[in-house]
Amino acid sequence: MSEQTPLIRAENLTCVFDVSKPWLNRVIERRERQFLTAARNVTFDIPKGKTFALVGESGSGKSTIGKMAVGLLRPTSGKVTVDGTDLFGALKASSASALRRRIQMIFQSPYASLNPRWRVGDIIAEPIRAFGLASGDAVGARVTELLEQVGLAENDGQKYPHEFSGGQRQRIAIARALASNPEFIVCDEPTSALDVSVQSQVLNLMKDLQRDLGLTYLFISHDLSVVRYMADQIGVLYLGQLVETANREDLFNNPQHPYTRMLMDAAPRIDAFGRTADAVKGEIPDPITPPPGCPFHPRCPLVDNRCKTEVPKPFQTGETNVACHAAEEGRGRPEAA
Amino acid sequence: MSTLPVLSISDLIVEFPTRRGVLRPVDRVGFDIARGEILGVVGESGAGKSMCGSAIVGLIDRPGRITGGEIRLSGERIDTLSQEKMRRIRGKRIGMVFQDPLTSLNPLMRVGDQIVETIRTHLPVSEHEARRRAVAALEEVGIPAASTRIDSYPHQFSGGMRQRVVIALALAAEPELIIADEPTTALDVSVQAQIMALLKRLCRDRGTAVMLITHDMGVIAESTDRVAVLYAGRLAEIGPTRDVLSSPRHPYTIGLMASTPSPTGGADRLSQIPGAMPNLRAIPPGCAFNPRCTKAFGPCTSELPVLKPVGRNEVACWLFDDALTGNPNKAEENA
Repeated sequence: MSEQTPLIRAENLTCVFDVSKPWLNRVIERRERQFLTAARNVTFDIPKGKTFALVGESGSGKSTIGKMAVGLLRPTSGKVTVDGTDLFGALKASSASALRRRIQMIFQSPYASLNPRWRVGDIIAEPIRAFGLASGDAVGARVTELLEQVGLAENDGQKYPHEFSGGQRQRIAIARALASNPEFIVCDEPTSALDVSVQSQVLNLMKDLQRDLGLTYLFISHDLSVVRYMADQIGVLYLGQLVETANREDLFNNPQHPYTRMLMDAAPRIDAFGRTADAVKGEIPDPITPPPGCPFHPRCPLVDNRCKTEVPKPFQTGETNVACHAAEEGRGRPEAA
Repeated sequence: MSTLPVLSISDLIVEFPTRRGVLRPVDRVGFDIARGEILGVVGESGAGKSMCGSAIVGLIDRPGRITGGEIRLSGERIDTLSQEKMRRIRGKRIGMVFQDPLTSLNPLMRVGDQIVETIRTHLPVSEHEARRRAVAALEEVGIPAASTRIDSYPHQFSGGMRQRVVIALALAAEPELIIADEPTTALDVSVQAQIMALLKRLCRDRGTAVMLITHDMGVIAESTDRVAVLYAGRLAEIGPTRDVLSSPRHPYTIGLMASTPSPTGGADRLSQIPGAMPNLRAIPPGCAFNPRCTKAFGPCTSELPVLKPVGRNEVACWLFDDALTGNPNKAEENA
């Protein structure tokens, strides 16, 4: 951990969605209101210039947290601070655009995130104009600079998004995110829609940009191998809760939570010929009625009675923060093969 | 038991006539799949993987059609059959599993009825017997409480359970061949592991041949016996999975393996292949990979390489043509 104050701090972020049926249906069908807790007490810090990755399966709350971190979604409770300023307080103030400029987002699908009717140059210029960062000819010069920074050519600015391949489109999305000179970028599955050979180009580009521009990333992914390549710190999410937070080496060399171990075990490996992964039973439970106690207990090989009733509190072991009774008690760790 | 391969494809060409010329998403592809064998077909989007699968089951969208080569199922030529005869082969002799289980199930029909319908279409059994078999099929794919779940609708199942239903449906008429097109791409890793284990076990037990189409090298490594690497509609390399993945010969396969991030490796920088797969409208002359290939030389830009045995693999690359002077890649081949 660095001593400096983190650029981004998420404290006890909780997001609850009301997923009730309409009032009349509830009255007729005698249903209660229903709530879905997409994120529960999620806390993490991201030091400046580092990458924090959130991994988890679908429905684990990764994207919800990403949206809260850029201010697209208001947390039900908890807060996000950027450089010590409360994000949601600041977004209401008159200085909001100054803070917004510093935060950008890259989305999963470059097919959906670029306006098909705009020329690429205009797409990239929009944040420059919106934040008043340049005017007149300087805008065009800046667009050219950005295009070259992401490995595209100057005349690509005259084209429309459909003229580009998926990987090139994601480069355009990155150029647009960089246009406002941000410090913090939330990347929500930025390469999941791309082929592997193109994925590696985009990941390398993102790493180079981070090094050159001192960017801070919140990197959201379901793919542990991508995360291993990109992240400094990793948070593993399960059903909206961080079950383990650790730096990269510790997480991969010495995973503490049974869910983390399961994820690593289940990921297909290019060097494991003919292996049949020891498939974990079950699937992620319904988040509207999560299991009592530890959310992972119905699938956990180390479950005991305490896990079924008592929600595990995160505790610190070394530099790893883990929420698991079994890890805390040192209960039978299955040996990795 | 005959020694004929279950599926045998040779020089398959699929063409789409368009106003701006004829496109060839599949260009002279050939391979065999033996009984009980799982062949992986890997490639990036647009490589022609799914088009191969569609060609085999006779489901190419118009105006596309097979313009060359042949497809044989247990020795019998099927690419020339009528729609009606092909319809009887689909489901009966060739089962299919697609990426998105929601679109391959009828949302308005109970899953049991869909399986019963499939069984009764292809096998001469009574309604009662078909239903008994449907329950057994659902049990076999690991759906808990199958005898009650059989009356559920597809939306009442989770994604993983739905894909199990699709597998049960594909196997219901005991086909010789299963074509699984990205069967786990829409699923989470833990569920993916369950589904792949299930597919492997069922096919091994029954001796079903499987054509597994995927872009995921990890899935290929863990699940397939042999692998075919497609690039721009052509076979770049084919061979036993272990040989192709651990000693790839074609520069594209080498690049593909190197750019795949490994959950166990800790490379500081991923190696990357420059550029992207060419558009079907603009396939470069010669080897389709030549503009992205760091080892391209003389013949690569003008002449099409053909598959040649190299080690235990077959590779379509001029680097392995001994007739060409000096074979610049000899050292690497021995490595």
